[in-house]
Amino acid sequence: MSGPAAQSFVRQALIPERSAPVKVTGLIGFLRARLLNSPTNILLTVASILLLWFTIVPAVKFLLVDAVSPVTLSPDWKLVWNGKDRAVCLAKDAEHTVGACWPFVAAKFSQYIYGFYPEAERWRVNLTFFLAAILLLPLLIPPLPAKTLNAGLFFIAFPVLAFFLLRGGGLNGFGVGWTSDLLSGFVGGIDEIGQKLVRTGEGAAGIGSLLQWLGKLVVLLGTGVSGLIWPLTWLNRAIQTSAQPVWFDFATTAIAVSMALFVLSGGVRTGWRSLIVSLLTFAGIGLVIALMGLDRGGLPVVDTGLWGGFLVTLVVSVTGIVASMPIGIALALGRRSTIPLIRFFSIGFIEIWRGVPLITVLFFATYMLPLFLPGNFKIDGLVRALIGIALFSGAYMAEVIRGGLLAIPRGQSEAASAIGLSWWKTTALIVMPQALRHVIPGLVNSFIGLFKDTSLVSIVALFDLLGQVRASFADPVWAAPTTLFTGFAFAGMIYFVFCFGMSRYSLFVENRLNAHRG
Amino acid sequence: MTIDPIVGIVGLNKWYGDFHVLRDIDVDVAKGERIVICGPSGSGKSTFIRCINALEEFQEGRIVVDGIELGPQLRRVDEVRREVGMVFQSFNLFPHLTVLENCTLAPIWVRHVPKKDAEAAAMKYLERVKIPHQANKYPSQLSGGQQQRVAIARALTMSPKVMLFDEPTSALDPEMVKEVLDTMVDLAGEGMTMLVVTHEMGFAREVANRIVFMDAGQIIETNTPANFFANPQHARTKLFLSQILR
Repeated sequence: MSGPAAQSFVRQALIPERSAPVKVTGLIGFLRARLLNSPTNILLTVASILLLWFTIVPAVKFLLVDAVSPVTLSPDWKLVWNGKDRAVCLAKDAEHTVGACWPFVAAKFSQYIYGFYPEAERWRVNLTFFLAAILLLPLLIPPLPAKTLNAGLFFIAFPVLAFFLLRGGGLNGFGVGWTSDLLSGFVGGIDEIGQKLVRTGEGAAGIGSLLQWLGKLVVLLGTGVSGLIWPLTWLNRAIQTSAQPVWFDFATTAIAVSMALFVLSGGVRTGWRSLIVSLLTFAGIGLVIALMGLDRGGLPVVDTGLWGGFLVTLVVSVTGIVASMPIGIALALGRRSTIPLIRFFSIGFIEIWRGVPLITVLFFATYMLPLFLPGNFKIDGLVRALIGIALFSGAYMAEVIRGGLLAIPRGQSEAASAIGLSWWKTTALIVMPQALRHVIPGLVNSFIGLFKDTSLVSIVALFDLLGQVRASFADPVWAAPTTLFTGFAFAGMIYFVFCFGMSRYSLFVENRLNAHRG
Repeated sequence: MTIDPIVGIVGLNKWYGDFHVLRDIDVDVAKGERIVICGPSGSGKSTFIRCINALEEFQEGRIVVDGIELGPQLRRVDEVRREVGMVFQSFNLFPHLTVLENCTLAPIWVRHVPKKDAEAAAMKYLERVKIPHQANKYPSQLSGGQQQRVAIARALTMSPKVMLFDEPTSALDPEMVKEVLDTMVDLAGEGMTMLVVTHEMGFAREVANRIVFMDAGQIIETNTPANFFANPQHARTKLFLSQILR
């Protein structure tokens, strides 16, 4: 095999594998190879060290070294809370510099968490936090079983429970009562429209008689519908006049819904499972009603105006995140729909909500929406903000999810159709799971943005964590030079812990779900 | 050949905008018959078999599959698709599901088979395509040939009466073509009705009952393999064969 004449070559033995050449490793190697290997890199290294020196050192000095500790250890080994007022955080002489005033945060801590929630009722907030934690944690840890039950409890049962826990109040009726009230309201609306038409028509000639005629027709329609729902209203009245209206209504609803489910899922042949699930669900609901005394007025009502601090931040952000996902999925699918009406609605909805600042949305929801709604139709201020935020972030989610949908090759849905899956099943089982996996980073980005944007609710008179922190600066008892910085630093740390947690968890989920790409 | 047609296609016409892709296609397929469709690229052969399970809509004509009629309105799509299995050039396995889940998805969600039974059946089909030991892997962990065999198993789990193959070996490395073709030969041996779009003339010669040659959206020649290769009638067929058989 020497010389240009060697044209053919046949390998006699395969070359065995060898280990990679020994690299220059260790700290010295890292310094030489990465930090100091060229004049530019030496310059960059020096600049980075200076940058770190001028940022990290003062921050540590302010937050830890010079800071006033919230607690001190007394000689007999007991922790003692430091300071009742600003005195501890004032400089004693000219040489002495004072850093972060942690006793201020310690003193205001409960206000930061609960806002103006009455102190005697704060156990309800704690219990809600606790329930959220014990329901959410098993949901986040993949190997734990019963994910469907867990998700049902967290996403459906928990919000209802949290509402009655945090806000208080009880029930007047149940399924029958609600349905009957809703339908009666509907019939009342029809009647009202009809009578308005008749009245408008009375004044004018020509078209007036037509309006009158139309109005009478509408009234007739209303009467017809009220006749149709008469058995329901009668049942409702009978229940309301009984000794235990809530429990009678509850039992009626439980029986009706369970029987309907039993029949719908195949009756005697295959319906037993759904019958049992339904009965167990109602048993659980009944237990909660009994435990919390919802039939006897429930817990004392704490108006949402009194809620505040971290409680509001969590309520707004969790509701926003949980509600915006289905809205986003629906809008993303709608935008790709072949039905023009749905597509144009989705595009319009997304563009309008994305084109408007969140502050405008919150102002609109809080101050202008009540002007448009009928007088007897009141929505709580917090709920208005929640709806605004959910719709706003839903529009953002929609575009993130649409990005994921675009990444799914057409062959995937074709293959799903070819094995007989319907559009809904194709979307739910094939397209959406893959699309969502592609956009986890984008979704979590939106979640984190939403979590921090909740601080904007403070401009519509809802005091979230940041709002409470800023409100606490006004307290003259704690007016010291560094309270402002300490408060913001504390708020920043809380936000960071939660956002960083979300970010890390999303990385974990990404790695887990992308196992199939390995 | 048309004693017991399981697929009947009459006067099929399709346009993409103004472009007339399929022109007056008439084909009857008897039960158990294996038809190979070949032709130059762009001749409409893929579009044609995709019409049979309504992955493509068509503007004129009638397709009857096992007595279920599919007109231009595609009313009975779902019924037809349950009877027709399809294997694609690019496999189109679901990458987020394991091989076994790929094969149990349709039985569970379309036929409402209990999960255990569906898994047992899927394992049976995976054994038939000779990859039962890969059942719990993800598609991306398999070779192209293995993926295509999983795709065949996935189509079989719905116990289709007709199988459509859209260039099943075109995306494969030469070394893997044989394992897929062998699977298809086995399937043919079991009496499955098959419509295969392919350039594998060896397969056509060995397995097909009839070869349909298409060009410019129309059927140019239909013949038995022996006649098709030895004695092609149409000039276009002769040209095509001279191009591919060197």
